Amino acid sequence: MYDIEKIHLAKSVPDAIAALVKDPSAVVICGGSDVLVKIREGKLAGCSLVSIHGIRELEGVSLEPDGTIVIGPATTFSHVTNDPLVEAHLPALGDAVDQAGGPQLRNIGTIGGNVCNGVTSADSASTLLTLNAELELTGPDGVRRVKLENFYRGPGKVDLAHGELLTAIRIAKADYDGFGGHYIKYAQRNAMDIATLGCAVHVKLTADRSAVEELRLAFGVAAPTPIRCHKAEELARGREIGPDLFQTVAEAAAGEVNPRTSWRASKEFRLQLVRELSRRALKQAIIHAGGAVEC
Amino acid sequence: MGIGKSITRVDAYEKVTGGAKYTDDLRPANCLVAKVVRSTIANGLVKSFDLSEAEKVPGVVKIVTCFDSPQIQYPTPGHPWSVEPAHQDVADRMLLNRRVRIYGDDIAAVVAEDEVAASRAARLIRVEYEEYPAVTTVEQALAPGAPVIHEERPDNLLAHSRFTIGEGDFDEIVKADPSLRVFEGEYDTQAVQHCHIEVPVSYAYMEKGRVVVVSSTQIPHIVRRVCGQALGIPWGKIRVIKPYIGGGFGNKQEVLYEPLNAFLTMQVGGRPVKIELSREETFSCTRTRHAIKFKLKTAVRPDGRLVARKFEAWSNQGGYASHGHAIVANASNAYRHLYQDEKVLDADAYTVYTNLPSGGAMRGYGIPQVDFAMEAHMDDIARGLGLDPVELREKNCMKPGYVDPGTGITCYSSGLLACIEKGKAHIHWDEKRAAYRGQTGPVRRGVGMALFSYKTGVYPISLETASARLILNQDGSAQLQMGATEIGQGADTVFTQMAAETTGIRLEDIHIVTVQDTDVAPFDTGAYASRQTYVSGMAVKKTAEKFKARILDYAAYLKKRPADTMDLRDSAVVDAHTGEKLVELADLAMEAFYSLDRSVHITAEETYHCKDNTFSFGCCFAEVEVDIPLGKVKVLDIINVHDSGVLINPQLAEAQVHGGMSMGLGYALGEQLRFDDRGRPLNGNLLDYKLPTARDTPELNVGFVETIDPSGPYGNKSLGEPPAIPPAPAIRNAVLDATGVAVDSLPLNPQKLVEQFTAAGLIQ
Repeated sequence: MYDIEKIHLAKSVPDAIAALVKDPSAVVICGGSDVLVKIREGKLAGCSLVSIHGIRELEGVSLEPDGTIVIGPATTFSHVTNDPLVEAHLPALGDAVDQAGGPQLRNIGTIGGNVCNGVTSADSASTLLTLNAELELTGPDGVRRVKLENFYRGPGKVDLAHGELLTAIRIAKADYDGFGGHYIKYAQRNAMDIATLGCAVHVKLTADRSAVEELRLAFGVAAPTPIRCHKAEELARGREIGPDLFQTVAEAAAGEVNPRTSWRASKEFRLQLVRELSRRALKQAIIHAGGAVEC
Repeated sequence: MGIGKSITRVDAYEKVTGGAKYTDDLRPANCLVAKVVRSTIANGLVKSFDLSEAEKVPGVVKIVTCFDSPQIQYPTPGHPWSVEPAHQDVADRMLLNRRVRIYGDDIAAVVAEDEVAASRAARLIRVEYEEYPAVTTVEQALAPGAPVIHEERPDNLLAHSRFTIGEGDFDEIVKADPSLRVFEGEYDTQAVQHCHIEVPVSYAYMEKGRVVVVSSTQIPHIVRRVCGQALGIPWGKIRVIKPYIGGGFGNKQEVLYEPLNAFLTMQVGGRPVKIELSREETFSCTRTRHAIKFKLKTAVRPDGRLVARKFEAWSNQGGYASHGHAIVANASNAYRHLYQDEKVLDADAYTVYTNLPSGGAMRGYGIPQVDFAMEAHMDDIARGLGLDPVELREKNCMKPGYVDPGTGITCYSSGLLACIEKGKAHIHWDEKRAAYRGQTGPVRRGVGMALFSYKTGVYPISLETASARLILNQDGSAQLQMGATEIGQGADTVFTQMAAETTGIRLEDIHIVTVQDTDVAPFDTGAYASRQTYVSGMAVKKTAEKFKARILDYAAYLKKRPADTMDLRDSAVVDAHTGEKLVELADLAMEAFYSLDRSVHITAEETYHCKDNTFSFGCCFAEVEVDIPLGKVKVLDIINVHDSGVLINPQLAEAQVHGGMSMGLGYALGEQLRFDDRGRPLNGNLLDYKLPTARDTPELNVGFVETIDPSGPYGNKSLGEPPAIPPAPAIRNAVLDATGVAVDSLPLNPQKLVEQFTAAGLIQ
């Protein structure tokens, strides 16, 4: 039995925004896999909810004429994974969200909720960062766009005002075309777990596939929010595929992240994972980009 | 006709279709809901409550606190009662406790019309405490000047026991013989939880001045006794009903919230009240497997023969005694059972109160802990001596005919050496030991193994008693009523097989009554100690023999011939020599019910007072792959091989082993209850507590060596708990084989492994 004071089942985006504006204490719920947990824990007990579950315009993945892929925030993890556009162009993202929780969670949890939740462990976040994802936010005063990297404001805090909804996740063609990607979720269990560390890589190789043209490297749980490692990326630019590349990226990444010691894992352990996983994820991403790696 | 067959579980259809009724399915429509109000400190005193806001919540019916509940201290473990005060369980808690000893201690309860109202009110209760420093470790609790947790134990030491087997002084033996090698080690085990699927749940109501408690419990008759003790009312005023239950593993071999539940219904005029714990409450406010620290010292001949050993163990009890010292005492006894010394074994065991959740019974009852320490130590010795770990164990392990000098328990049968052979063959021990020598690189493989021995039941430490009843129906079928309980392990099925075997009645005509209702169920202390097939099984056999004799007596009257010339086979009375059918049991039953000449309702009920015990054995062999830079252990292959005597139902036996191995894998690699230094639980939920999922579980291989144990009713001995025992040390030893790093504490989780691999220079 959940302690919910009231719920407004929004029919459309404007309806949801109006309901939120009317009720300053209202909380947005979509799949419920985060919100219901908080209600059960008592943190949101007695809350007022505005449900955006079932609003069709927020669901599904589409391709714009310029090649931009638009992911509806209410698209469930399993629908993201199985979407043909994602399979064709964003396989690393499909793979990343397929590692969240278990099948039941992936059938209800949404990619938009995962982003707006703002937690550093979100399985979609680091891969979306490496895709330079842009968020479309719709509020009572209209629509604005913000880069995902600028969306995070602190642990669990995002640049989303009350009354605003995430209405689209946009990935430009230049940010996925020609890239190979890979995400490694490091957790204690192979399912139903939260990442101890998440490492996402997208890499574009030079025409002869011998060197890195562009690297994008991001981590979850290596800092208070999901973060990109721009210095490591710069150091990788133009570097030949080989031990030096992997060593350089691993060490640079370890210097750039800011993991903390908690009862879940020590800073030292997480740094070891940052070094090791950046090597492994980069190797796999290079293979996905058509390159060859000597093990 | 019943033993040794893999018949389908008698409850399979009901459980698979959802027809089986569990406690919450039976809850009456007008049932109130109670929520326990829990302390937010781990050590201290409740000074006062402010209930004003909570009482205003619509739907609240009654709030009771530790200031207005019975001030009676009572014991909670599911042990048989002892009529000798010296052997009675420690009574150290009340229904609600003013003196708070754990974080989340029970200090008040809200009864409301529904869960939301009860939870809202519970959140609004303000509590004023006098807080004392929390003590979370054995070292802190034993330090001079440590806060006193129970005034009856001013040194926080719940119990200390010691024994010496053999003669001589360890140090002098070592001094006298320079050829002896001495090995020392410290081994640490963690607190873990049972994680039964069904959380503790009960509801209670009053009927004709008596309290009825329906509860998910392993021990209905003990729950009745403890409710009577806790409330200070005659035991006959309590009736306990146990429906189907969704697992217990020892946590429900404990009287948890039934006494409070009984008290609460009495406070609301007998209206039904339910208490259902959340998973978080289950983790932090029920029972755990004790964390035990071991210090072992061994003198051994270069050929591997154990000469003298010293054993010390410290058990972290937590805030309340529960099963208390029985756990570590059982562990120290097992240390002397599996291996024997040429000269002497000295053992000391301590149980210490702290402010952590109370340790209680959990599958294996102290043996998974000691087996980790003992079998890790044996591998360390083998490595030090350059011996094959298997050879070292074979040289020293218990052989048939062994008699435990402390208890007189005799090894009547042992398939241990045959189990080892099976395990070795499965894992390809010799080939892989050789192949994995001298590996380099970040990913390495290894093999490891561990043995165990396990008693069957609790004799002679405690009373072993069990009863059964058989009742004939008009159609020749019969109800089998047990005091022993089905808790998911398949007891109802094997009791059915036993009854069919001994009576000669067809399996499908034995209707087992799965519900225990203490008003009508025969007396039995319940499901624990892997005792039921052995002890309660003998009650079935004895009852079945009496039942059959009564049927044949009636046949003697019907057929006008001596009963001993006849037998009951396949539900018909036959000539004992020729097998010729004389009368169908159904026809005999009709006659017995309705005869105008001699009407008899044929029933039988027997109590079996067991005064014997026996050892079961087994081993685990595991092959692992260790990803050193990531601290990950992948179990590539694992097998448990068991000697549990004759298998009553081989398929159920295998399933039992699967479950135990799964528990052992979690114990080895991930599970650990964590607390901060104030005693607050950090990971008391199924996300942060790393119970393995299906995707973390390798194929679980099972082997059996069937011996015939002369003391078991059908040649059988314990199997319920043993499968959980050997996987953790086997995996630890496999990691040692793979990496050369001896990890001396559980679990072998990634961070610990990375730290130890780094310290060993395997990670730069």
